[in-house]
This record gives sequence, structure tokens and C-alpha cells, in this order.
Amino acid sequence: MTAGQMIFDTLSLGVPFSVALLLAALGENFNQRAGVFNLGCDGIMSMGAFLGFLPAYALRTGALAPWSTAAGFALAAVAGAALGLLFALVTVTFRAPQGIAGIGLQMLGWGTAGTLFRHFIGGVTGVEGVAPWPIPGLSRIPYLGGILFDHNPVVYLALLAVPASWLLLYHTPWGLRVRAVGTHPRAADTMGIAVTRVRYQALVLGGAMAGLGGAYLSLCQAKMFADDLVAGRGFIAVALVYFGRWSPWGIFAGALLFSLAQALQLSIQVGGIKFPYEFAVMLPYVLVIVVLALARRSRQLGPTALGKPYDREMRI
Amino acid sequence: MDRRFRLAYAGAVISTAALAAAATGALVLGAIGASPWATYAVILTGPLKDLFGATEVLVRAVPLILVALGIAISFRSGILNIGAEGQIQIGILASSAVALALPRLPGAVLLPLCLMAGAAGGALWAGIAGVLRARLDVNEILSTVMLNYIAAQLYTFLLRGPMIDPDELMTGSGTPQSMRLPKAAWLSRLVPGTRLHTGLLLALVLAVLVWLLLWRTTLGYRMRAAGAGRKAARYAGIDVKRSVLVAMLFAGAFAGLAGAVEVSGVHHRAIEAISSGYGFSGIVVALFGGLHPAGIVPAAVFFGLLLVGADMTQRSAGVPANMILVLQGVIILAIVSARMYVANPYARERAARALRRLGLLAAPASPGEVSEG
Repeated sequence: MTAGQMIFDTLSLGVPFSVALLLAALGENFNQRAGVFNLGCDGIMSMGAFLGFLPAYALRTGALAPWSTAAGFALAAVAGAALGLLFALVTVTFRAPQGIAGIGLQMLGWGTAGTLFRHFIGGVTGVEGVAPWPIPGLSRIPYLGGILFDHNPVVYLALLAVPASWLLLYHTPWGLRVRAVGTHPRAADTMGIAVTRVRYQALVLGGAMAGLGGAYLSLCQAKMFADDLVAGRGFIAVALVYFGRWSPWGIFAGALLFSLAQALQLSIQVGGIKFPYEFAVMLPYVLVIVVLALARRSRQLGPTALGKPYDREMRI
Repeated sequence: MDRRFRLAYAGAVISTAALAAAATGALVLGAIGASPWATYAVILTGPLKDLFGATEVLVRAVPLILVALGIAISFRSGILNIGAEGQIQIGILASSAVALALPRLPGAVLLPLCLMAGAAGGALWAGIAGVLRARLDVNEILSTVMLNYIAAQLYTFLLRGPMIDPDELMTGSGTPQSMRLPKAAWLSRLVPGTRLHTGLLLALVLAVLVWLLLWRTTLGYRMRAAGAGRKAARYAGIDVKRSVLVAMLFAGAFAGLAGAVEVSGVHHRAIEAISSGYGFSGIVVALFGGLHPAGIVPAAVFFGLLLVGADMTQRSAGVPANMILVLQGVIILAIVSARMYVANPYARERAARALRRLGLLAAPASPGEVSEG
């Protein structure tokens, strides 16, 4: 295999690998921009991965088969939104400390996905997933076509979600409200913005996106479900928000960095260079720690009310 | 507002939270077609039907007490250590390596050495997150979670490769496990015929020592002050970064010790899945025990009961053991919600006003104490 072929393979593998992280991290960005640090993202992704897989698996034969994958994505988004709502109840209404509550939500989501999986499916089975859908014309561009325009349709939608969430955050009244309640909730409250309502909306949206990210893993990437399918990607997504400095474009760059590292490791192994499998699996987690250590300065750019519950009655 | 009302208010909030948690668990049980009542009954009473089951509850409580003590120290110091799972695994590796490297030492030397090696291993692993937090301001929740995944891979790598029992390679079965530790490194059994070992006594002694550390020493005071209010502690001349690092080292040492005790007391060799979730259950135990040793010991026994009970439901009722994660998750959410609600004076005031309007509560004794909106 030539070096050029290896770079091309890495890039064209890396783009679809980034989708799950990208969707979850863009969703987490809405949470954090509204001032809520949702560590339960990983548990929501687990639930999304399982509930996305379930209809696709159950309806794979029969009349509804063409719609089974779409039903999976829809169910995953609804379940993610519901878990986001639960997290909003706990952290916004009850004002529980967000770090520990997030770990609780992660256990709940992960445990529920595993319990339901053992009961309804039990073993390793696959689904057909989503077929690649090369964009006519664009996919013929040498090199670039294969890297960007020769994937399944969910990849294109995820790539479009980057500018979409940028527009939503910076160019709509709702985005302004989200950023306001995450930066100075008391000022926002004084201006008549319903802090609690906006935070609920942001958490529901973020939860739905994390659910979709999880469903992408089970339906498009692995085409199967296992207890540890998500394997901490939700936590990596939270780290990506720091790394990307709370901007959709930065998060996109971070997600690409991670998926390229993963793809590179795969192409190296395919290319015949052997190193222990365990160290290859370790790589992204080490990368997260390195990235967080390098991104320390960016903390100052974050939402100032991040992690602080807002209480209108509290007299400072 | 009188004391009786406050107690009743706290009681009402806590029982609502407990009910909500049980109901959420029942929802998941209902989804898989299991009867919530029967499952909860098996989990709570099944293990206590015979001596073996009862001692097994205590066997599970030992690592839970140790891990939760460490987590209580770190949470009280304002640092959220989620990495106990990885610290346990590094503790297991360190203590087994020491025991296997020095098989000729007498028990009086080897056993303490093993336990200390486990604690040192755990402390080292937690220290990475502690230093990153103190020096580079890296969020400790994320770094400890990542270190968990890294430790899990390291653990499998060593047990499949360098540390694997040569017998496994000879027979070709290849089960990833270390050689059996020399008998000198075993903790003795407390009740013959069961797996209950002297690690329980060690855990109880350490619970007292942690109480002394946190509430009767200057170091403990500094750590708690750093956790209660970072800025105030700094103005009082406390080195907050140092306290955070020390707390993290303690937390890791306790988790590592839990791993070493589990190897020396129960399994006698490093195998896969020794610490199946003790690191996460320990967080729930610490919170349930109010981050206080006197609460942690009974809480650990209670969660030991849940863990053994969950295994039983898997065998008898076909409820997957992952169900324990669901229960632990909702218990965490219920505890943190209820604690904030109990402590919130405005919510309490609102509840009192609502009751007064309904005529269920007498008007306040001194007028003007509570404004009647």
C-alpha cells in the first residue's frame, strides 16, 4: 500500500467515524452554552444506540423494513430528549450539583440500555444499516469526492448540523437567549427571558442530538449493539466541547481530530504494522487527557454560568 | 419555622425521592416484563436467607466501604473522583505483582507489603488526575473517567500478556489471569466455609481512622475547608491545590487498597472483572452514607445486599444484572435532588405557606418571621 493510498483511506474513514462524536458534542454544546454541564451524555448515547437498534432489528423483515432505520433514529431522538428532560428536572428545577447528577444519568442510561438489550436481544446480531449514497457528480471529484461525498446520508446531515447549530446559536433569538442564560442568568431573567424554560429547551435538544449520535453508532458505524458500544464517547464529546471552545466549528475540528486518530490506527494495523491491540484502544482516551491539558486556557472563553444552578429567589 | 416542621419537610422530600427512584426502577423492570415487587423482594431478602448469603453481603461490603471512604475524602475536599474503578485495577496489578515477585517472604511481611503496594498503585493512578487538576486545571471528572478506560486496557493487556499464568499458556486455554498468589499473601477467613475474610476488620478500622483524619486533624480540616469554599480557604492561608492533590492521593490509595484486599481476601489471583463496578457503586455508597464514615459502613452493607440480590435475580428471575446500574443511577439522581431540596430554605418556606393556606399548619409563633405573600 502506498503512503498516498493510506492517507486517502484514513481521511475517507475518518469523516464517517466523526459523526457520532460530532452530533453528541454539538448537542452538549447547547447544554453548556445554556449553563448546564451534562455528563450524562454518555448514558444518553447508550440509550440512543440501543433504542435506535431495537426497531431496526425488530422490523428488519416484513412490510415496514424500509422504514425500520428511520424509526430507529426517531426513537433514539425521542428517548434522548426524554433523558434530557429528566436531567433538566434534576439539575434545573431541583438544582442538584451537575457533575454527580451527570454520573447518575450515565449509569441510568448505560444500565437501562444493557438491561433491555439482554432481555430483548441477548446476543450479537447485526442490522443492515444505512447504505452509502454517493452524491451524484460531487462524489466523482478526484480524492475530495471519496473523502467527503461518498458516505451514507446521515454523514451529510451531520456535516450540515455544524453550520446549522452555528446559525441557531449566533443568528436566532433563541440562540441569543441560550447564550444569555448561560452567561448571566440573572441579567437574562431581568430582561424577561425565562431562564428555566430556555435551559429545559437546550437540554431536550442536546439530549435528542446525543441520542441520534448513539443511534448512528449502532445503525451506521458498528451495525450492531453491545453493552460497551459507546465506550465513553459521551465523555469524549464533553471534552470536545472544551477543546472546541464552545464553538460548533471548533467542535467539528476536534471531532475530526479524534476520528482521524482512530482511522489512522486502523490503517496502520491494516498496513501490517503490529502493536498490542489494547494500546490502540487506549489511544483516544490518552488523547482526551492531552487535549484537555492543552486546552486549559480556553476555560476562560466558556459560558460564565456553566455548572451554576440559577435560583431567582437567592439574594446572591 | 419550628423544628418539627423542618423534620417533617425533610422526611417528606426524602420519601418522595425514594419513591420516585423505586418507581423509575419499576418502570425499567416493567419494560422487560418482570414483576417489580417480586424482583425488589428477591433483591432485598434473598441474600439473607442463609449464612452463606449473609456473609457474601459482607464480602461485597468490604471493597465498597474502602472505595467509599476514599471517595468521601475526595468529595469533601471538592474534587469529584470518578476514577475508583481504574484505581482498583491498578491496585490489583500492583499488589499481585509484589506477591508474585516475592513469594518466599513470610506472611507477616508479605501481606502488609501487598496491601501497601495496592494502595500505592491506586494513589499513583489517582495522582495523575490530581496533578493534572492542580497544575493544568484539567477537569478531574473527565480525566478520571478517561483513566478508567486506560486502566481497563492496561489491565487486560497485562493479564493476557506479561502477567498471564504460564499454566494457561501450557494448557492452551489462555484464560487471562495471573498465577495464584502465594498463601502468605492471603487474608485469613473469618467464618469457615464462607468467603468472609479479615479485610472486613481492616475496613472498619480504616473507617474510624478516616473520621479521625477528616474531623480531628489539621490536614483533614484543611481539605474540608478547601472543599467547602475554595476562595475562603485560600484567604485563610490554606494551600487549596495541595489539599486537592492530597485528597486525590488518599482517594486513590483507598481504591487501590480495595483492589488489593479483594485479591488477597477473595480471589487469590488477578482475574478479569474482579472489580466489576465497585468503583461506581462506591460513589453511590459514599453519597448514600452522607460522605461520613458512620453512614458509609451501613450504606456499604445495604449496597452489598443489593449487589448480591441482583446476582440472585439474574439466576432466579432472569432480570439482567445490569439492573443494578439502573438502580444505582436513579439512587444517585434521587439523593442529589433531595439533598438540594431539603437544604433550600425558599422551597421549605413555600411548602410551609402552602400548608398554612390549607389550614394544616399553625401560623408562625412570632409574627413577621415568615411573610405571608
